[in-house]
Amino acid sequence: MIVRFFNTLGGATLSFFQYLGEVVVLAADTFRSIFMHKLRWKLFLNQVVEIGLLSQLVVVITGGFTGAVFAAQAYFQFNKLGIGSGVGAVVSVSLCRELGPVLTALMVTGRVGAAMSAEIGTMKVTEQIDALRALAVYPVDYLVVPRALAMMLSMPLLVAECIGFGMVAGYFVAVQLLEIDGAYYVANMVRWTQMRDLIIGLTKGFCFALLIVFISCHKGLTAREGAVGVGRATTEAVVNSSLAILICNFFLTMFLNIIFPAGYQ
Amino acid sequence: MVAVRGLEKRIGRQEILRSVDLDVAVGETLAIIGRSGAGKSVLLKHLIGLMRPDTGEIWIEGQNIIGMSERALATIRQKIGILFQGAALFDSMTVEENIAFPLREAGERNPKALRDKVSEMLEVVELEGQEKKMPVSLSGGMKKRVGLARSIIRRPSCILYDEPTSGLDPVVSDSINRLICRLQQRFGVTSIVVTHDMKSAFHVADHIAYLHEGRIYFHGTPVDLQQSSDPLLQDFLLGRSEEQGKVES
Ligand SMILES: Nc1ncnc2c1ncn2[C@@H]1O[C@H](COP(=O)(O)OP(=O)(O)OP(=O)(O)O)[C@@H](O)[C@H]1O
Ligand SMILES: [Mg+2]
Repeated sequence: MIVRFFNTLGGATLSFFQYLGEVVVLAADTFRSIFMHKLRWKLFLNQVVEIGLLSQLVVVITGGFTGAVFAAQAYFQFNKLGIGSGVGAVVSVSLCRELGPVLTALMVTGRVGAAMSAEIGTMKVTEQIDALRALAVYPVDYLVVPRALAMMLSMPLLVAECIGFGMVAGYFVAVQLLEIDGAYYVANMVRWTQMRDLIIGLTKGFCFALLIVFISCHKGLTAREGAVGVGRATTEAVVNSSLAILICNFFLTMFLNIIFPAGYQ
Repeated sequence: MVAVRGLEKRIGRQEILRSVDLDVAVGETLAIIGRSGAGKSVLLKHLIGLMRPDTGEIWIEGQNIIGMSERALATIRQKIGILFQGAALFDSMTVEENIAFPLREAGERNPKALRDKVSEMLEVVELEGQEKKMPVSLSGGMKKRVGLARSIIRRPSCILYDEPTSGLDPVVSDSINRLICRLQQRFGVTSIVVTHDMKSAFHVADHIAYLHEGRIYFHGTPVDLQQSSDPLLQDFLLGRSEEQGKVES
């Protein structure tokens, strides 16, 4: 009984590390390919459109409503203490440091990560990946590299967009609806939000892009057994990416806080 | 050209190839026949490095491809075309893009040259004017032929066909058989044809290999095969199932 328990535990740990290893190998392979082999520009631009351009609506709505609700909640609390005009600072700093990157990444996982693993997984189970290989095309070059580059380019921009719309929506709610003085609001916001807050947000966005693209592509490339397999790969890609984003976010926060400490300069 | 030595492959608990030895000379056409599930497609995938064997060697043009990295295999794969049993067309590309894919990957960018080449290939497989269709809107036999066009467009020196004539009507089957012969005669292509269609095998092959229980059970000329008195081969040739054979004997 106890032996079996430890066996299961050991097996699970091993397969977890094996999984981790596979994803890292895929990432290493992708970066090697980026630097050593020619890029397929057309595929890359297609992916930029697919990932960057077409995710904007989702990201704008996410950012906007998050900023709005956060401004409202912060106002309800802050107003009791008589520091309602501090709302702007809170909204913008938390959007930059946490909410912007994390929520954007989660939305992009659902929209783009799922599509990646479903698309690549379907190609895998219908022998299209084998056909690529047989035609002397390395699947990582053809499928993963354009997606990875497009994600690395798009995610920081999407995060910035999310933050931007969050700030605007926060301003609108606080100043127009809740009647905080606009000038104080903006002054506080500018005073407390620094370049490094934005840099943290964009850095996180970039890191999350890597997590999403490698976890999702790996799930697609290892999909097996028909439609059910593709479905499972897609689900696991979304779940694993989301968890990885949330877990890595904590460590990134701690790590980046050493480089760019929060608060007073 | 192609030599296989002691190839063994098991997937899970199932021993699919037990010890396959096979030689194909340059310019020869070898037909591989065998019962459904005998491992013919698996053998073919090994020859182009899509599957890795447990043990054994595969020599292609004097190079052992076992243990080669994917990138190293690419140079060898450029010389080999393969037609998959299920055609394996890229389903997000049109027929034209599918067929032009190998050339485009080889660096051909000129749209006119590509278009001409594609329509020439479509003519060869008797699918003129189907350039703009998507693979989902093709019949099984049409997919096969598009797959065939894609695998020969780069003029490989060796072509592996996995059941090129299955699912085709007799007339088109015959023209595919002629195409295989023509490629051999005109361009000296080495071909390995996996097939169930004995008529096609006898038509195209210089040699026939019978794959049975993971081994090459018979390897000889079509005439040898026809004259063989081996009951197993006779059953296969005449399409007799075991029970039927027992009742008769
Ligand atoms: N990817 C795979 N995973 C597990 N088993 C497989 C796989 N591919 C093939 N097999 C098994 O290997 C055996 C041989 O399959 P293969 O497709 O080579 O048969 P075949 O000789 O081509 O048959 P057919 O003439 O029907 O195409 C089958 O029993 C099949 O179940
Ligand atoms: Mg087969």
